Amino acid sequence: MTATHITDLGIAGIRDGFRAGTFSAREVADAFNAAVAGADALNAFIVKTPDHAVAAADAADKARADGAELGALAGVPLGIKDLFCTEGYQTTAASGMLGGFVPTYESTVTAKLFGAGAGMLGKLNLDQFAMGSSNETSAFGNVISPWRRNDGGNAPLAPGGSSGGSSAVVAARIAPGATGTDTGGSIRQPAAFTGISGIKPTYGRCSRWGTVAFASSLDQAGAMARDVRDCAIMLEAMSGYDAKDSTSVDVSVPRWEAGLSADLKGKKVGIPKEYRVDGMPADIEALWQQGIAWMKDAGAEIVEVSLPHTKYALPTYYIIAPAEASSNLARYDGVRYGLRDLPDGANLQDMYAATRAAGFGAEVKRRIMIGTYVLSAGFYDAYYTKAQKVRALIARDFEQAWEKCDVLLTPTAPSAAFALGEKSADPLAMYLNDVFTVPSSLAGLPAMSVPGGLDPQGLPLGLQIIGKPFDEQGVLNASLAIEQRAGFTARPGKWW
Amino acid sequence: MSVDAATVRKIASLARIAMTEGDVEAMVPELNNIIGWIEQLGEVDTAGIEPMASVIPGHQRLRADVVTDGNVRDKVLANAPQAEHGFFAVPKVIE
Repeated sequence: MTATHITDLGIAGIRDGFRAGTFSAREVADAFNAAVAGADALNAFIVKTPDHAVAAADAADKARADGAELGALAGVPLGIKDLFCTEGYQTTAASGMLGGFVPTYESTVTAKLFGAGAGMLGKLNLDQFAMGSSNETSAFGNVISPWRRNDGGNAPLAPGGSSGGSSAVVAARIAPGATGTDTGGSIRQPAAFTGISGIKPTYGRCSRWGTVAFASSLDQAGAMARDVRDCAIMLEAMSGYDAKDSTSVDVSVPRWEAGLSADLKGKKVGIPKEYRVDGMPADIEALWQQGIAWMKDAGAEIVEVSLPHTKYALPTYYIIAPAEASSNLARYDGVRYGLRDLPDGANLQDMYAATRAAGFGAEVKRRIMIGTYVLSAGFYDAYYTKAQKVRALIARDFEQAWEKCDVLLTPTAPSAAFALGEKSADPLAMYLNDVFTVPSSLAGLPAMSVPGGLDPQGLPLGLQIIGKPFDEQGVLNASLAIEQRAGFTARPGKWW
Repeated sequence: MSVDAATVRKIASLARIAMTEGDVEAMVPELNNIIGWIEQLGEVDTAGIEPMASVIPGHQRLRADVVTDGNVRDKVLANAPQAEHGFFAVPKVIE
């Protein structure tokens, strides 16, 4: 098998081919390492780690030769979002604040993936501290989407954010899968922008231990890969109770891959009427209608549901997430790790302020400022407590919807990928990109984006399935029903 | 609620972020835009609603009161910008 054929395979294809002896794990690692080395134009990696991928591959080959039991991801190399601490490999959250930070410990999620036999191709670029929807806030430069519009203009497009490096490498066939994290849509929106699949599990499924914190009541790790099966395989390996995370939920991890079924007979799919927003492009509405037809074709019954507090989800999110971020990011003080800026004659307080001014990017500062403001004396109840109450109402909307349906079907994002620079001057316009993903994040629900088709400019559009707490299986299965009917095979032409 | 330059300076000081006057001036309209937008939550009736701090219902978990980690001083200090004699070092705080 040639290297190109190997990089055309997804996670299941590599796992199965390796087990069958079609190729060695080392051949796989070499093929993907070469693809990584040849893709600098995408700026998707902050650090490349070919040695890690090769070591894991050699271990997998030896285990296979010895007849030892093989891990679920033996022979599979992955990209790791640079928000997961990796022992001995620089971890920056794409911020100058953590330039040169080399963790002395391994995040639980990466430890689980590596324990299952996966290797690491490198640390993937992202929006700084995962704050952004276009990957334009990274201190290491923008990630360029492998996709281009079909107008011949070659305008560089956003791969989505914050997991933009992850979406770019999977779409470009530079990694068969990648970890993402999702606080308000950071797995699903980039997956939609790049024509791949991405799942955020129920809050508490994946341990947050060792993942650089943004907004702790929302942050969840998840899987990004080419299809639903690959996401199921990867998520199974990442999930599970961890005593080191106080919000990790102590429930067993189902065998999602074995449970995959695209037969939706007896299932009810809810269509939330409030997701029909003003100014939504006709292509998105048409894809949504197509998705409804696919659900019916898979045997599901369609029911209209109401989530009346949907329009308040974004402003709620932009109080809660910055509030939690301002608290979490207080740890960057120039004392224990990361950057220190110590002007001549500065005292300790001056050092804190200078370090944080130098280390944080503009969007991170903006959110810390908002968070500090809404938590400050006199404003706490008016903003933060109020937002927590509205969050309760948003969660209650979903609980009431579950009395009528099993999953919800919505578009993932209100537009296809936009060009870099198109929205970065207006923070509010950028925030509105998360309008369909934020509500389920606030409610802690599992949700997935799968590609549904292309818009007239030749860019991918995604459909989102939202499920009940801990019903990742229902989410995966409804997504699989879409995947089988969409028959999405488009991929970006190689220009990098 | 309108944010002025004095408020931005106060918030920046609470957040320990040094700002030039230019930074403050630029931040005033940005924060006003965003805060003006989030104030629409005021129209939601939340009477009698408990604030939601966590999506996970139930309790804070406790673990047994035993040592499970530690004795890793050098690892803890490995990324410090300045470590001396087994401690984090900071500018002098006592005159």
